[in-house]
Amino acid sequence: MLETIWFILWGVLWAVYFMLDGFDLGLGTLLPVLSKNETDRRIIYNSMGPFWDGNEVWLITAGGATFAAFPVAYAVMFNGLYSALLLLLFALIIRGVCFEFRNKIDSDGWRGLWDAAMVIGSFLPALLLGVAFANIFEGLPIDQDGVFQGGLFTLLNPYGLAGGVLFVLLFLVHGSLWLALKSEGALQQRAGAMAKKLWPVLLVVAVLFLAFTLVATDLFNNYFKMPVLWILPLIAVLALLGTFVFIRQAAWLKAWLSSAVTILFVTFFGVAGLFPRLLPSSLNPAYSITIQNGAASQLTLKIMLVVALIMVPIVIAYQLWVYLFLGNKVTEKDLAYEEAY
Amino acid sequence: MDVLMLSRLQFAVATMFHFLFVPLTLGLSILTAIYETMYVKTGDEDYKRAAKFWGKLFLINFALGVVTGITLEFQFGTNWSSYSKYVGDIFGSLLAIEATLAFYLESTFIGVWIFTWNKVKPKTHALFIWLVAIASNISALWILIANGWMQHPVGYTMRNGRAELVDFWAVITNKFAVLEFMHTVSGAYILAGFFVMGVCGYHLLRKNEVQFFKKSFNVAVTFALVFALFEAFNGHLHGAEVAETQPAKLAAMESHWETASSVPMYLLQIPDPANERNSVQAIPIPGMLSMLAHHDPSATVKGLKDFPASERPPVTLTFWSFRLMVGLGFLFILIAGLGWLKRNDIENQAGLLKLFIYAIPLPYLALELGWAVAEVGRQPWIVYGLMKTADAVSILDVSQVAISLTAFVVFYSILGLIDFYLLSKYARKGPVH
Ligand code: HDD
Ligand code: HEM
Ligand code: HEM
Repeated sequence: MLETIWFILWGVLWAVYFMLDGFDLGLGTLLPVLSKNETDRRIIYNSMGPFWDGNEVWLITAGGATFAAFPVAYAVMFNGLYSALLLLLFALIIRGVCFEFRNKIDSDGWRGLWDAAMVIGSFLPALLLGVAFANIFEGLPIDQDGVFQGGLFTLLNPYGLAGGVLFVLLFLVHGSLWLALKSEGALQQRAGAMAKKLWPVLLVVAVLFLAFTLVATDLFNNYFKMPVLWILPLIAVLALLGTFVFIRQAAWLKAWLSSAVTILFVTFFGVAGLFPRLLPSSLNPAYSITIQNGAASQLTLKIMLVVALIMVPIVIAYQLWVYLFLGNKVTEKDLAYEEAY
Repeated sequence: MDVLMLSRLQFAVATMFHFLFVPLTLGLSILTAIYETMYVKTGDEDYKRAAKFWGKLFLINFALGVVTGITLEFQFGTNWSSYSKYVGDIFGSLLAIEATLAFYLESTFIGVWIFTWNKVKPKTHALFIWLVAIASNISALWILIANGWMQHPVGYTMRNGRAELVDFWAVITNKFAVLEFMHTVSGAYILAGFFVMGVCGYHLLRKNEVQFFKKSFNVAVTFALVFALFEAFNGHLHGAEVAETQPAKLAAMESHWETASSVPMYLLQIPDPANERNSVQAIPIPGMLSMLAHHDPSATVKGLKDFPASERPPVTLTFWSFRLMVGLGFLFILIAGLGWLKRNDIENQAGLLKLFIYAIPLPYLALELGWAVAEVGRQPWIVYGLMKTADAVSILDVSQVAISLTAFVVFYSILGLIDFYLLSKYARKGPVH
């Protein structure tokens, strides 16, 4: 029972991470495309400024919760995906320092360097996270001792890459919408137009990915066993369609929320298909790491649950407050503010 | 080199680099919060400028503290996966609690603090920096409880081939961890105090903004002195705890070879591990080591020869790190004490001001040395008495770790240099008008 609750929480932590940092990563990737001048660029940085670090903590917690609740899964996953994870790590390191470093030296070359770093440091995580999760959906070559029998290139199979492309597109749309929400004038129009242009591509990739999932994975087994689960992909699809409707109405907040719901439910869709496995083995189903053979002791799960039930609502409450409190548009006037990035 | 050695090296590089930034975060967040609170209390604009000036330096440092921290969390899985499986039940939960209790708070409110100087009342704004300061210190508490458990495991039982939690309360009240926490954070406060004293020294020597920097200096020097005194005291308690729980480490810290009673402490001593003796040993203080370790001048102290060679930590490194750290600890009391006595006339003490500038790196050195004592002295164990470091490592190709280690060294060096450059640039620039 506790294991199942933790499995759900595990999925929720990852989903919230994708939903929140997704817009930073998408917007960072689009930085050179959406901006025409230095003012645009600074508006983009400052639109993510107060939020990105708090968003990234969801990744730290998702990793930490995996370690705490499913230590075996954490060990096998992080060991097996060594090179991919270190690449992700370096990318996130670059992305993180950009904010602080970029505007501290007054030189175009210097700022250009960090803009380039921002693009790489945002695009790579989006791609790698998608590739990693698609590979998990599909199953990793884990042997009976939990040893990963492959390398970085094992992960770059067609389905894995499809997952990467899907994540990148989801985040690009999500990021454009965030900027449309946070800016005005020409920049806002470019951001909105970008979302509108990318959306059909996203739709096509999403449909293809779904079809590919049917062929390449056994995620749908759970759905046939328990039809009520279909509600998850259904919500994802409706939210994706809704995103487009709101984009056409230029209702940016609604569009962004719709896109957020899409990301949440795309993740839930995959995670629900995995259950009760955390890391399916593609060599032999019996080698899979599941909530039974991968979990921590009952006492640890219980203590962690108490901590999570108390702390996570508090965290959500103050983060929500911050989003509402600092949710206004970033204008040129804000850039004159001494502490702005 | 094999995967084990490379992984150890990589872990050492990553943690020691992380710990170049952590202590300034821990201490300077509190000092900044104190300055801002004084502004709220007195309405003196200088304190507001102080909060902004030190806060800016705090943020430049903070950026690297955050990004290098993520590395550490990843590494337990990537490089020490056997360890993670074996003790994850206890260790993983402590890391996860750290993230939920501390990192969210810290990372969320740092953004709020930066962006709301003109948006909220001064009192509310000061509250934001206090939240950041408290959260970073809470994070230190939890990570040190985790490390304290590796130093002195408690509250567990061996079941299903791993260490499983049976007594959470014992884990979080572990005496070793509590001592480690007090010792590490006071060290961090000394460091922040010395950092501020040094930057003030630079400006006061040039008669820049004398009133402004004297105000900053007075708070910092008091802060540094209080914690320098406390550090020596709790360091001693810590040593006594080590004597009890990790006698091999204590023997290595003192390069003490033969088990004996009424053991003196030699002020001058050079270890010679190859011959299991000390090549130089002079100026004894009778009974001092027995006294320090067991609070009894005639107590018996176990020597290194009583441990099989395979269970002794590297003596030379542990010994010298310990000696230097303690030496620096007393030097800090002296420097901070002098600064405190002369605080009212500090702008005219050119010699002292110069000394403060040169003293900035010393607490950094002391903290890194302290970690070398604690971590190298714990070898060959990763979890003392329970799991050897050699059994903890992941299954990887040598090339994978060699590449990542090289990448860390190159990458961290570049980022470290940039950060150092920016810190000194903005420290020299002085406060905004
Ligand atoms: C005594 C203090 C201390 C020690 C021993 C460590 N850390 Fe640390 N860590 C901090 C004190 C700290 C901090 C002061 O709270 C930091 C520094 C800058 C910051 O933002 O928080 C931090 C940041 C930080 C972050 C980023 C948090 C964020 O995004 O806000 C992570 C993931 C870790 N650490 C993880 C670790 C791990 C896994 C460690 C052990 C190997 C470790 N730290 C040692
Ligand atoms: C931030 C301050 C810290 C520093 C500077 C530090 C330093 C070191 C060093 C130098 C080593 C290598 C020792 C050797 O190989 O001989 C090491 C190893 C290790 N330490 Fe720490 N440490 C710190 C904090 C921690 C904390 C808080 C933890 C646990 C939460 C930890 C866990 C480990 C582990 C798992 C190893 C790897 C195994 C080993 O080589 O011993 N360290 N650390
Ligand atoms: C003045 C006398 C001092 C004494 C007697 C002392 C004592 C000790 C002892 C016995 C340890 C080893 C604990 C272990 O093995 O886990 C230690 C570790 C350490 N020391 Fe010191 N220390 C002193 C000063 C300092 C100073 C001035 C600093 C830094 C500013 C410092 C920073 C550290 C750190 C970071 C550690 C590792 C973490 C820990 O175990 O607490 N120490 N110290």
